[in-house]
Amino acid sequence: MEDEALLERILGGDHDAFRDLVERYQMSLVRLARYYVKSEASAEDVAQDTWIAVMQGLERFEGRSSFKTWLFRIAANRARKTGTREYRVVTVDPVDPVSSARFNEGGMWNEAPVPFTELINDKLANAGVLEACRNAIRDLPEPQQSVVTLRDVEGLSTREVSDLLELSEANTRVLLHRGRAKIRETLEETLTGGRSWQ
Amino acid sequence: MTRDITCHQAVALVSDYLEGALARRDRRRLERHLADCGACSAYLDQMRATIALSGSVGPEDLSNEAVARLVDVFEKYHRENSGESPN
Repeated sequence: MEDEALLERILGGDHDAFRDLVERYQMSLVRLARYYVKSEASAEDVAQDTWIAVMQGLERFEGRSSFKTWLFRIAANRARKTGTREYRVVTVDPVDPVSSARFNEGGMWNEAPVPFTELINDKLANAGVLEACRNAIRDLPEPQQSVVTLRDVEGLSTREVSDLLELSEANTRVLLHRGRAKIRETLEETLTGGRSWQ
Repeated sequence: MTRDITCHQAVALVSDYLEGALARRDRRRLERHLADCGACSAYLDQMRATIALSGSVGPEDLSNEAVARLVDVFEKYHRENSGESPN
């Protein structure tokens, strides 16, 4: 069910709809909060305050932005007020997304990569691959984890992500690039190293 | 030909390419390289699939306790609120 349909039901007091919405966004809210605050417990408090603010503001929510954008904006504002920012200075040196060892002296691949779309070919494999992907995102260090969660998991625009995290768009892209590179590497290991899907 | 890029250089551009954030010159160099290089095209496929998978992982399982606590807060709020302005 779309967010907007859930919101209608929530306004009518439907707690199952509220539960669905919490389950949909709580993880990403906690990660966004965690970017600004020092502990997991504080991040969960920020997420709870965010949901209370949503309840209080929902009737006034006019839908000029998507609900998702509105929700994350509330969370970022609350987290900023609560937290001591630890990532004010973000190192942005680009890094190689693929180990140099995989290229020869001329900069060509020693062994060509295999397209994932050829490897992900049945539903059983998909479940394992999704699990590997979820774990890879969870294992990313901050601030890569927040950037990847907001951009690739939640599908916010790079500009929205950079606003929420108070990063330049260029820095956001570097962090995204690093995070994606790690996830890709994990998926490649899962798909070509494990062989358990065959 | 000296302005052509190697595979090693090409993979460094792929994430920004998918973000539509490359300068036109870099985008052209990368696209020219991809047109001739099956290995880097496979890498591009891997990166696209990585992004698509990240978009479909769904939320992690939350502890029942955490969700129940929030639902309690919601019910209390709604009870108090609808008491003030019954339908």
